[in-house]
Amino acid sequence: MNESIFAFNSFAEFIAMGKHGFYVWVCFGITIAVLAINVALPWLARRRYLNQEARRLRWEAMQ
Amino acid sequence: MSRVFFLLILREARLLARRPAELANPLVFFAIVIALFPLAVGPETQMLRTLSPGLIWVAALLAVLLSLENLFRSDFEDGSLEQWVVSPHPLTVLVLAKVFAHWLFSGLALVLLSPVLAIMLGLPADRVPILLASLLLGTPVLSLLGAVGAALTVGLKRGGILLALLILPLYIPVLILGSGVLQAALQGLPTLGYLLWMASLMMLTITLTPFAIAAGLKISVGE
Amino acid sequence: MKWTWFHRLGSPKWFYELSGRWLPWFAVATVLLIATGLVWGLAIAPPDYQQGNSFRIIYIHVPASFLAQSIYISLAIAGVVSLVWKMKIADVALQQSAPIGAWMAFISLLTGAIWGKPTWGAYWVWDARLTAMLILLFLYFGVIALGQAISNRESAAKACAVLSIVGVVNIPIIKYSVDWWNTLHQPATFSVIEKPAMPAEMWIPLLIMVVGFYCFFTTVLLMRMRLEILRREAKTSWVKAEVARLVGKKHE
Repeated sequence: MNESIFAFNSFAEFIAMGKHGFYVWVCFGITIAVLAINVALPWLARRRYLNQEARRLRWEAMQ
Repeated sequence: MSRVFFLLILREARLLARRPAELANPLVFFAIVIALFPLAVGPETQMLRTLSPGLIWVAALLAVLLSLENLFRSDFEDGSLEQWVVSPHPLTVLVLAKVFAHWLFSGLALVLLSPVLAIMLGLPADRVPILLASLLLGTPVLSLLGAVGAALTVGLKRGGILLALLILPLYIPVLILGSGVLQAALQGLPTLGYLLWMASLMMLTITLTPFAIAAGLKISVGE
Repeated sequence: MKWTWFHRLGSPKWFYELSGRWLPWFAVATVLLIATGLVWGLAIAPPDYQQGNSFRIIYIHVPASFLAQSIYISLAIAGVVSLVWKMKIADVALQQSAPIGAWMAFISLLTGAIWGKPTWGAYWVWDARLTAMLILLFLYFGVIALGQAISNRESAAKACAVLSIVGVVNIPIIKYSVDWWNTLHQPATFSVIEKPAMPAEMWIPLLIMVVGFYCFFTTVLLMRMRLEILRREAKTSWVKAEVARLVGKKHE
């Protein structure tokens, strides 16, 4: 086990992060969430815009 | 060139003399804000004295900001600004005259009022000259930086809170240096270095901000 | 000196085509770098001998801080380009990168505050670098608010350009005054140019995360700019063709 490249001996230790598990995981969790929001917002906006344009084009085609 | 500068200052003086309330309101605001603090934190002399540098500077900052909201408003509404933009004189000189006139009548009045309020807060009387020097060097910076925000927001319906949002972060160096001088003076430390820093900050803003103010006015007028 | 490439870069159509080719590569690089950096930083890098495992927060705090600062500088650069060369793309870049910068400043502040609890014993300490980051966040709010308050897109872009240039001139002054206000700050431990004082097994994952965050910024910025170009240029024939193509592809 000692030759392992990981800094922790077990998964439980990895989750506990010494005494600082709470701080570390809250930080990383919120950061990942913020990064995901930053990707999701323009992606959703693009989908909404294209749907709107599709509706407009179909409506124009019917006229 | 200098003739235009003085004519403009004279015009501003006449305009302000006809609307004395515009001159008095920021001063009254300044006094009220200062009076609020002892009521909020308690009247202990020692505590008020330690807090006084920060209180005076925060109140002065807000009062200057308040007075700047309408800096270009009436000129924008009656079309004078458009005349300025198309006039053969450089816009930077015109705005510098405008802001200088505004500082001369509202900023300077604030500086003159401040010793009274400072002594009410318990600042020792022998530190008042340093307070005056720091405000004299700091308020022009506040006026010039605020004028940048006023120029950018003059065309907007509700520019007031936006102006504060844009400009208050830029005021932080002046606030730090200005209250730093007073704190040093209260502890009996030398203050010349701080005052020289404030003077260089003032020269920097006098040199650079007229260009930003002129650019902002051109954008607002062009809209 | 040939400047044609520079002026071509200002053409929305050219930019749209080029960015379409770049976007997947940046997205892949972002995912790979951030995933590697996360695993390495969280599980492989040794704990700090003083701070223990809480030091692992550095792997997001420092990249976010770097990015927040460089995005503000890039706002001012885009502002100069937009004011001097009247380049449409620079306007779009300026307004689309400001929200990303604000988010990065937010991450930097939040992780800094949480990191402060095990390190200093309090969530918020008026430390010079945290305070400067807070002021940077306010500067971002100013740019975003000004851009949203002005309804005319062209004036909004110009006004934001002026404000961000004024802000960028102020940033060093703010930084020095805040540093001076709080002389009890730690010196910066990591810089790209200088040889870092940290051991390699700690700073290599940090470098990977920093590059990953920059790739992330590029990816999100390109996504936002491409959508904004479609909206702004909706009247042109190439955008009509592109939208028709995208819509057709969706409904097949």
